[in-house]
Amino acid sequence: MPSRSTLLDERAIARALTRMASELLEQCHGTTDVILVGIQRRGVELAQRLAKLVEGLEGRPIPTGKLDITLYRDDLQAVGPRPVIGETHLPSDLDGRTVVIVDDVLYTGRTIRAALDELADFGRPQRILLCVLVDRGGRELPIQPDIVGLRQSTGPRERVDVLVQELDGRDAVELVRSDP
Amino acid sequence: MTPLSLGKDLVGLEHLSAEQLRLILDTAEHFKEVSERPIKKVPALRGKTIVNLFFEASTRTRISFEFAEKRLSADTVNVATSGSSISKGETLVDTARNLEAMRIDMVVIRHHASGSAEFLGKRIGSNVINAGDGKHEHPTQGLLDILTLRDRFGKIEGLKVAICGDVLHSRVARSNIWGLKKLGAEVAVCGPHSLMPRSIGELGVEMIPRIDDAIAWADALNVLRLQLERMTSGFIPSLREYNRVFGVTRERLERAKKDVVIMHPGPMNRGVEIDSDVADGPFSLILPQVTNGVAVRMAVLYLLAGGTPEPQQTGGNE
Repeated sequence: MPSRSTLLDERAIARALTRMASELLEQCHGTTDVILVGIQRRGVELAQRLAKLVEGLEGRPIPTGKLDITLYRDDLQAVGPRPVIGETHLPSDLDGRTVVIVDDVLYTGRTIRAALDELADFGRPQRILLCVLVDRGGRELPIQPDIVGLRQSTGPRERVDVLVQELDGRDAVELVRSDP
Repeated sequence: MTPLSLGKDLVGLEHLSAEQLRLILDTAEHFKEVSERPIKKVPALRGKTIVNLFFEASTRTRISFEFAEKRLSADTVNVATSGSSISKGETLVDTARNLEAMRIDMVVIRHHASGSAEFLGKRIGSNVINAGDGKHEHPTQGLLDILTLRDRFGKIEGLKVAICGDVLHSRVARSNIWGLKKLGAEVAVCGPHSLMPRSIGELGVEMIPRIDDAIAWADALNVLRLQLERMTSGFIPSLREYNRVFGVTRERLERAKKDVVIMHPGPMNRGVEIDSDVADGPFSLILPQVTNGVAVRMAVLYLLAGGTPEPQQTGGNE
């Protein structure tokens, strides 16, 4: 049986997101021309929460979109299972804007590589930032986050699960360790 | 969640489960948006080679498949009967085996013989997609019709669909009947007795003899194309009479439900099975059908190019 331990509970996630919202405003110099784009699936929920927190701080709504990177995956050509596709919806044109990519866990960097390629097909943002709740190390590509909730280095038999109220019924970040 | 797959080929809707049909429709739902992007292209089928093998004339279906393939970044080759070795008498299997020897991945086939797609699928390793085989099935047309109905009504279950016209010779009718019944729709057919298969009851559909009754009953009418050669071969006395007895006209639609919709697989014979003011009128879904055709074909290509979908995981972790 794999063992689970909690890295962040509901309140710790809320605190991390509050800090991330402030950092986001600082790094983007406000909300002008800023778009949050959540990566399907749990990045979408996190982007919506960050947008609410940013609105609370600045008093202005911030446009939020969702991106499904499945069709841009670099392992799609390999014979095997076809992943289920999620919705992609961007709130506006990307040209000249600051796009903040929001995802739950950053690991190999391959999802973000796919997201950057996909965003490039939608337009030419002035700048793209990466915001993740957990950076678990283990990068296979030269991609680094700009805003991080928690840095947690993990071993090869470990995995980080982010659970969100909207999809999983509760908020938690858990470290899952599988048996050797 | 059990992983779902469509298998190697898409020959028809008859042997697909309701879950497999829903997988295609749900996937197509997301592919619609790709055609609205500034760059209408995703790299999902990059490096795949697809041959469109059309033994029968087709504009809409062939172009729709080609758009779907190109928007998924596949490389495509079109082979038409005229101007190829097919006109020199090469057999279907020889043509396909030669294509396979050039390392292709998928074949989209339209052929005048019923069963040709299945026949081919059993003999070559590439994925085979049926784009219409004789009087048997035209699965992607059935799927795009069902997607168009689902868009309009929100669900297929309980929907009353009347398929009107030449059911006997129609592969569109068969794919619609099998697909719609599996998803819980009530299906009826309406048309001249000479153009109804004898075994229509075995398909689990009701026969409504009069078009007025079919119009009054239905939530949706799918009006089939009347192949003009049916007249010369004695199935109907004249086109004018056909229009008078079975044509879907504006006057007749006055007895329909308020939110009735009209579909037609095209190409239309205006003034025969359907009048122009119906085809171009407010109840018509004929152009949305064409738009959905590309999305449905993208979904089928995408799903067949792999195996089964992965079960959903909790964390992203990449």
